[in-house]
Amino acid sequence: MISIALAGNPNSGKTSLFNELTGARQHVGNWPGVTVEKKEGPLKGHDDVTIVDLPGIYSMSPYTLEEVVSRDYIMNERPDAIINIIDATNLERNLYLTTQVMETNTPMVIALNMMDLIEKRGIKIDTKKLSEKFGGCPVVEISALERKGIDNLITVVLKNAKEKKAPKPVNFDADVEKAISDIQDIFNLKDDAGRYYAIKLFERDSVITENYKMASDQKEKLHAILADVEEKLDNDTETIITNGRYDYIAEVMPSIQKKKVAKNEQTMTDKIDSIVTNRWLSLPIFAAIIFVIYYVSITTIGSYTIDWVGAFFEWISGGVETFLTNIGAADFLIDLVINGIIAGVGAVLGFVPQLMILFFFLSFLEGCGYMSRVAFIMDRAFRRFGLSGKSFIPFIIGTGCGVPAIMATRTIENEKDRRLTIMTTTFMPCGAKLPIIALFVGALFPDQPWLAPSCYLIGIVAIIVSCILLKRTKGFSGEPAPFIIELPEYRLPKLRNVLSMMWEKGKGFIIKAGTIIFVCSAVIWFVSGYNWTLQAVDPEDSILAAVAGVISPIFAPIGLGSWQATAGTISGLVAKENLVSVLAVIYHATGDGSETDPSLISNIQQYFTPASGMAYMLFNLLCAPCFAAIGAIRREMASAKWTLAAVGYQCGFAYVVAFIVYQVMNAIM
Amino acid sequence: MAKRTLKELSPGQTAKITQIDAEGALKRRLMDMGLTRGSTVTFHKVAPLGDPIQITIRGYELSIRKDEAEHVIVE
Repeated sequence: MISIALAGNPNSGKTSLFNELTGARQHVGNWPGVTVEKKEGPLKGHDDVTIVDLPGIYSMSPYTLEEVVSRDYIMNERPDAIINIIDATNLERNLYLTTQVMETNTPMVIALNMMDLIEKRGIKIDTKKLSEKFGGCPVVEISALERKGIDNLITVVLKNAKEKKAPKPVNFDADVEKAISDIQDIFNLKDDAGRYYAIKLFERDSVITENYKMASDQKEKLHAILADVEEKLDNDTETIITNGRYDYIAEVMPSIQKKKVAKNEQTMTDKIDSIVTNRWLSLPIFAAIIFVIYYVSITTIGSYTIDWVGAFFEWISGGVETFLTNIGAADFLIDLVINGIIAGVGAVLGFVPQLMILFFFLSFLEGCGYMSRVAFIMDRAFRRFGLSGKSFIPFIIGTGCGVPAIMATRTIENEKDRRLTIMTTTFMPCGAKLPIIALFVGALFPDQPWLAPSCYLIGIVAIIVSCILLKRTKGFSGEPAPFIIELPEYRLPKLRNVLSMMWEKGKGFIIKAGTIIFVCSAVIWFVSGYNWTLQAVDPEDSILAAVAGVISPIFAPIGLGSWQATAGTISGLVAKENLVSVLAVIYHATGDGSETDPSLISNIQQYFTPASGMAYMLFNLLCAPCFAAIGAIRREMASAKWTLAAVGYQCGFAYVVAFIVYQVMNAIM
Repeated sequence: MAKRTLKELSPGQTAKITQIDAEGALKRRLMDMGLTRGSTVTFHKVAPLGDPIQITIRGYELSIRKDEAEHVIVE
């Protein structure tokens, strides 16, 4: 088995190249113990070769998870070869990572990507010189987007892996080289990877230094060497190394790249940015883009497809019912399959087309480079509450459905920000919560139609208040994460790449949420239709009613001591819109059981006061989201503890809000 | 004379970096992105809401907050 690691900067075309190398046969998982995504797959036409896609990184420092995961993989798993993909239009910064990868003493090939753009811009790159200046490692010109040079790259890298010829690393100043070789002597780092570890010790790399068992005399000698160099070069060793790498690149650049770009010439990206991030136009343009995406994916095409999927499931459930009846299946089994499982799973899968359309647009925005501009435009507004500009997209999506909103938090690199966004994004009223709002506002506050739209405002305020509160807790406190992001050149992504990004986002929802929903639907169906002795009963006598009866005293302080209200909330966990239909069943509404059913409306007027109705509505809008969304939280948090914390916080927050509203409204009305 | 920082440049101005006045992760991140001693940086523009800023370094566009730009000493 041959393993080849793919390393490169973000935006270097790494994902496109990975797709070209592996085709559709990819395995997506997480790196052990962390929430960093790991992708691998067999090389096309070579089943004995595995390509491992390392996270997109700018450096191999000890400061980010992605960087540590990448360097640990290279040093501990020792891949047979590394493909270092480089954006040829951005050589200087891309080669900085190259100087570090070269030190790992692994056979490697430089894949010089975006060569099509280089030619168009009249830039000349001397690949022979490039290879010569970077340890003699082979350089292959490719264009991952245009599918050019890929076969050649495969041939070269396989040959390279076989020959086991690692590049010769770049040299630093004489003083630094002396120190590095002294460190190699002291720690007996003579073997292949010795120089890598010696440089890390020289840099005072926190992870390597802490894990390195050293005798006290070794420690003293190391400190003496470092102190000596630092005094001589008047800088800390980490800076000396970083400067050394960039200085070397700057020194060799003129011999590698010949540019004849006239000064002040505007690139296409500059021209687009002069409009898209313009002081006055940027916000209206952003709002228009969001509106169009939202409108198309949720309202027009989205609702079409939802109806279509609904009809499809009706057709399936009809067919299955006939089939089960014909084979003489027991009534309870037919009921379970039709009303429990198919209805529940169908309700959730109905969202799939909408999600896919939404993901298509978002993948396009990501692929063309606009997403980082969104962060640039919105950062200021969000930083006030301890978030960065990247949190805006999930909140917008959250008004449609919480599941893709939670999944969209992936683009937020900072872990604290991402967790905070995951925890708060479902405060936005999603599509399934609208029937609840319509029912309660319509029944109890018919003269205040402004209340319904203000639920969005309540969602926004809940997010802001929560961010301010949570930032004070242990898990989220600390200095704000630095905001240092590249604004990559705009590129028109290829349809196949957008589709594969879309599929990758949507696939998880179908599989994971589908399985959770499958089980939960069956459970809710069972507890609402059966009693403890497993007999089919009306909802009043069911397990759900009994359980709700036990829990309901908790809700007495917010005016909701009845088991019916609690049962509604519980069933809302399967899908929020269920709350309305379950209340209709429990209250024996005589109409169609929807939020506009007059008999249900009069039931609500009978069983709820304005204060308790308001408290109930707010509680259900803000408390734990549906199981599908909780599943998404679990998946993105990659931790049961954090999932519990998120759901616990949401319920607690909802309770406090409902309590305050109930007590205040009772006092003044 | 007080040290001049990248934050104090005005849009369109170019300067040479003399030092990164920060520590730990922030310093390393800024330097990893190419903001090292001796390199030329251009203050490109300010975001619509007044922060962050867009700069050009080593031939590419980078966005950092003013808080971070304050740590970059220029001449």
